[in-house]
Amino acid sequence: MTEPDHYSDAALDHLTRPRNAGTLPEPSGTGADANPSCGDRTVITVAVADDRIQALRFRTFGCTAAIASASVLTELAAGLTLADAARLEPADILNALGGLPARKEACALMAIGALRAALVDARVRATA
Amino acid sequence: MRRVYLDHAATTPVDTEVVELMAQVLRDVPGNPSSIYAEGRRARALVETARDEVARAIGADPAEIVFTSGGTEADNLALRGVLKAREREADGIVTTAIEHHAVLDTARDLEAHGLARVTVLAVDREGRVSPDAVRAAMDGRTALVSVMHGNNEIGTLQPIQPIGALCRERGITFHSDAVQTVGALEIDVRTLPVDLLSVNAHKFYGPKGVGALYVRKGTRIATVQTGGGQEKGRRTGTENVAGIVGLGAAMRIAIAKRAAESARQVALRDRLIAGVRSLIPDATLTGHPTERLPNNASFCFAGTQGEALVVSLDLEGFGVSSGSACTSGNTDPSHVLLALGLDRDLAQGSLRLSLGRATTDADIDALLAALPPIVARLRAASGAAVPA
Repeated sequence: MTEPDHYSDAALDHLTRPRNAGTLPEPSGTGADANPSCGDRTVITVAVADDRIQALRFRTFGCTAAIASASVLTELAAGLTLADAARLEPADILNALGGLPARKEACALMAIGALRAALVDARVRATA
Repeated sequence: MRRVYLDHAATTPVDTEVVELMAQVLRDVPGNPSSIYAEGRRARALVETARDEVARAIGADPAEIVFTSGGTEADNLALRGVLKAREREADGIVTTAIEHHAVLDTARDLEAHGLARVTVLAVDREGRVSPDAVRAAMDGRTALVSVMHGNNEIGTLQPIQPIGALCRERGITFHSDAVQTVGALEIDVRTLPVDLLSVNAHKFYGPKGVGALYVRKGTRIATVQTGGGQEKGRRTGTENVAGIVGLGAAMRIAIAKRAAESARQVALRDRLIAGVRSLIPDATLTGHPTERLPNNASFCFAGTQGEALVVSLDLEGFGVSSGSACTSGNTDPSHVLLALGLDRDLAQGSLRLSLGRATTDADIDALLAALPPIVARLRAASGAAVPA
């Protein structure tokens, strides 16, 4: 783990070069989550085909940890089956980033929350 | 990487002459100022010279200067000391919504313990409190009015002259936290109707951990801590001799540089503000456009979050700060930004740039080159349309 209040190089890289920032024009599913205590918000859009995530994008209004969590999650989830993507956890984000400052772990949870909501939305829309 | 430090409102680097003087005192002056033999007398003489320097800088009598451990202690002594001295006689504190926590939280603490009634006055969109509001809040049991001189976050200067005059008419003690302004703006207590004034050395190129409270002669104020009776019983505890010497020297140097340096910083500040506003769409200047600290340029950028701005600028070599630090897990924007009536999301995107003696035109150019792409990148990542 990194020191308190100190970001890993990986997290800083996602801050300065966010991956997959944006919104898919015709998503299979859209999910959002927020951290009411700080006002941070993330929206994730996914494109699903053959039960796999073909593409995904994120939008995050928030701190370094919130942006880095959502950005790295789009890399972790790309290409996964829906079932595998739904099993991603905050710990996977923390591992991929080499940790987050101790008080910032809720930011990883927000990214996971937005992804899971997008997957549920995609499933609902597929069966509708 | 070249570092550009633009956080002088947080703290300033210690002037090299001050460093030398303090090192000399630590090395060569072992005495306790309360001892009556030679070593003690030498330490005492240094403390009293520093007292003279601080007093002269604000037009005070040396006997009116009480050394403290910094601005927070000076504020605590002012509020707690006055309320204690007026116990059972007057209990009202009138202050503003944008005071430093050292004042607001002290007032709240006194209130929570049933020792004070606190009235917190709103400010306008530019952070100014109106003297009329202060007048309306006063009553027959008001003991103290506390209104800061210059705000540490947004730089707004308060109309302390008319507020002080109102207090004087009614015989109410007037305190001003002048931590951001002493050393930067002319302050003369012979014409400014203030009874108590907080001073902090590390805001004007002195050391951290030392400050002073100006206490106008005749002001009723009790001691807050008890002990050996130093500082005429008003702030007991063995004097921080080297720190006090540093405070005095830093004050003397600041006063000598003040006129030229403040004018220079105002010019840099105004170029910075104009540059940010022309290069970044939707840049909101926080604080008053003209009645502001010479070194403060503070903004909010919609669609960004302050912590991400600070971390991004740090990576590019800039030391800056934000009113929405987002480090505690519960990251409400600062009470100052919310008191301006800013929308919560907008207040999240705050950035404070505070200039200093070492700041150059090249530093401003570098910041103006680095900041716009960072704001653009964070806005692209957030999207203007992320739903609440």
